[in-house]
Amino acid sequence: MAALRCFLRSGKGAVSVLLRRELHATAPASAQVMVRDALNQAMDEELERDERVFLLGEEVAQYDGAYKVSRGLWKKYGDKRIIDTPITEVMCDSVLAPPPQAGLRPICEFMTFNFSMQAIDQVINSAAKTYYMSAGLQPVPIVFRGPNGASAGVAAQHSQCFAAWYGHCPGLKVISPWSAEDCKGLLKSAIRDDNPVVFLENELMYGVPFEMSEEAQSKDFTIPIGKAKIERPGSHITLVSHSRFVGHCLDAAAVLAKEGIECEVINLRTIRPLDVECIEGSVMKTNHLVTVEGGWPQFGVGAEICARIMEGPAFNYLDAPAVRVTGVDIPMPYAKILEDNSIPQIKDIIFSVKKTLNV
Amino acid sequence: PVATQQLNPCELKGSASCNTARQENSGARVVVSRSYADFTPQATFDIKKCEVHRLEEGPAGKAELTREQGLQYYRTMQTIRRMELRADQLYKQKIIRGFCHLYDGQEACAVGIESAINPSDHLITAYRSHGYTYTRGVSVKEILAELTGRKGGVAKGKGGSMHMYAPHFYGGNGIVGAQIPLGAGIALACQYQGNNQVCVTLYGDGAANQGQLFESFNMAALWKLPCIFICENNRYGMGTSVERASASTDYYMRGDFIPGIRVDGMDVLCVREATKFAADHCRAGKGPIVMELQTYRYHGHSMSDPGVSYRTREEIQEVRSKSDPISLLKERMLSSNMASAEEFKVIDVEIRKEVEEAAQFATSDPEPPLEELCNHIFYNEAPIEVRGTNPWSKLKSVS
Repeated sequence: MAALRCFLRSGKGAVSVLLRRELHATAPASAQVMVRDALNQAMDEELERDERVFLLGEEVAQYDGAYKVSRGLWKKYGDKRIIDTPITEVMCDSVLAPPPQAGLRPICEFMTFNFSMQAIDQVINSAAKTYYMSAGLQPVPIVFRGPNGASAGVAAQHSQCFAAWYGHCPGLKVISPWSAEDCKGLLKSAIRDDNPVVFLENELMYGVPFEMSEEAQSKDFTIPIGKAKIERPGSHITLVSHSRFVGHCLDAAAVLAKEGIECEVINLRTIRPLDVECIEGSVMKTNHLVTVEGGWPQFGVGAEICARIMEGPAFNYLDAPAVRVTGVDIPMPYAKILEDNSIPQIKDIIFSVKKTLNV
Repeated sequence: PVATQQLNPCELKGSASCNTARQENSGARVVVSRSYADFTPQATFDIKKCEVHRLEEGPAGKAELTREQGLQYYRTMQTIRRMELRADQLYKQKIIRGFCHLYDGQEACAVGIESAINPSDHLITAYRSHGYTYTRGVSVKEILAELTGRKGGVAKGKGGSMHMYAPHFYGGNGIVGAQIPLGAGIALACQYQGNNQVCVTLYGDGAANQGQLFESFNMAALWKLPCIFICENNRYGMGTSVERASASTDYYMRGDFIPGIRVDGMDVLCVREATKFAADHCRAGKGPIVMELQTYRYHGHSMSDPGVSYRTREEIQEVRSKSDPISLLKERMLSSNMASAEEFKVIDVEIRKEVEEAAQFATSDPEPPLEELCNHIFYNEAPIEVRGTNPWSKLKSVS
């Protein structure tokens, strides 16, 4: 069991993606692409397509990006389009809010979303609310992107998940991709969107390769914001997740399949607007729901999903209470054994599925 | 009677060769039988004059150093150096994980500051904090064990590199610049309590452009808070040089209405004298003061940064050979006959042993027990229940 888990995890999703592909029609000429390269491609293509797009952030230009996501872009596009800033998150935000109103389309990189708290006033009060407050006069086409959530051993101040915080606010679109395909298609859509978009990446996913179809590699490949994807169909229980934990759900599903439990795994892709219809449709089929996220439980993504299910038609189809698998309700500790036990593990997902199914 | 010697510390290139010549001439082999009475007990050294901003005069251009002080500063700086280098090794062995920002090259700052303030004064810094954790009283053992995430670490393994604390030492802070308003707040507490203490608030050249620094400047000046703002300018904010980040690189003047001093951060005596001057200024009720320490880090920004994509190896080597803080002090003491080379060697051996024992402890001490996962959420509260990863997981949190 542990070996299988290790294999699946070390296969870095590629194997599970391949397995999935065999269930559906396989696209020709696919390639292995790492998440960071998919993000890089998305930005490269959008920078080329539209002169008004530019990237601004700490170490994005000459350093090639703190996590090398913007590697090569400064060499290609120069100082005007790829801008290194001082360490001033608030200014990055406030410098970036007016340009959309002046016709530009900035991409603001936060080294991690933990630092975005320095500037969160600007994200909410200057970006999210402006189109509403101006009754349609001033749109703000801006993308805020960067790594979100826990990494490995970076302790309490650098490990928080902001999906719930940003997902709470009207006026923002909030995306939390998982695979390379998600990252590329959704980042392109985000950049082309005329509204403020918060794009929550994950540092531990940057180096993970996924198979990308030929279609996904093309310059016009976009994924619509606000639509979830069923990564794995199943009939016994619905697992809903976003970002890195989609991979954990797929790993858990593979283990459970050996025991005859078929999980349907939904990759939310977008936190706001939430694709409730997709979840409802799935729950109405499987009658059981477990949500999985890395963030804290209170007022989180899982809490919102459970509330929406209760308020909609799917409630009557539930055979058991919906359950949330979340991070532990504590600041992130540093020591490895404590950190490992502070975020959902595959065994936690398996346990919750079995308790929900009463097996 | 105290014999004093005038020495020009600027001729550092020369003093090393002078030193060797002196040893050969005086028959160094005989040193073993020299008694300590042969050494100069105290000397006065010329130190670099500090540039000042909004001050009639700055710290004096001379510093007195006793033999005991010199040996102690040497020992402390060398301990920090060896501790940081050991941490580098442990990180490469993946025994330390996550973030690790090393302080080697900047030792004169931590040691100079500590030698000028009292243990009852306060200090707060950012994430390049291992040196200050040591000077503020935490043992090498507890620091390394914290880096390796063990229960014997100063924060019981829960904090890691950037979150180590001690009495009157407020960390270790991960978010750039966030520690500055905290430092001003500590100074406010000192004023409120009328205890004549000061707060040393450290930040880097990268953080010097943060808005919260200027908010802190305003409040500290307005309310005359006993806050010493110290910018450790090591020329690079991660990969961005000061010229690319700051419209003005005169960090000691950035406080505008707050007086400032620019200090040679590679000279422990210069740092000490400037900090004494600054502390006196604050304790006299004159309000805050800004110090800029011009210093250098040998390592990259953190262990994941090789540190050579934005600066040359030649530059790093030049600083190492001409301005290393530990060598500077050692050469001063040797050339004014305040100590012998053998004494320094003995100290080095003792430090190596201490650091090695600490590293042994740090690698063999067990990780914190899972039962303590949820402790320390709240202070002074009855035990509470904490939700685990799923609704059936109910964990316990004790204050």
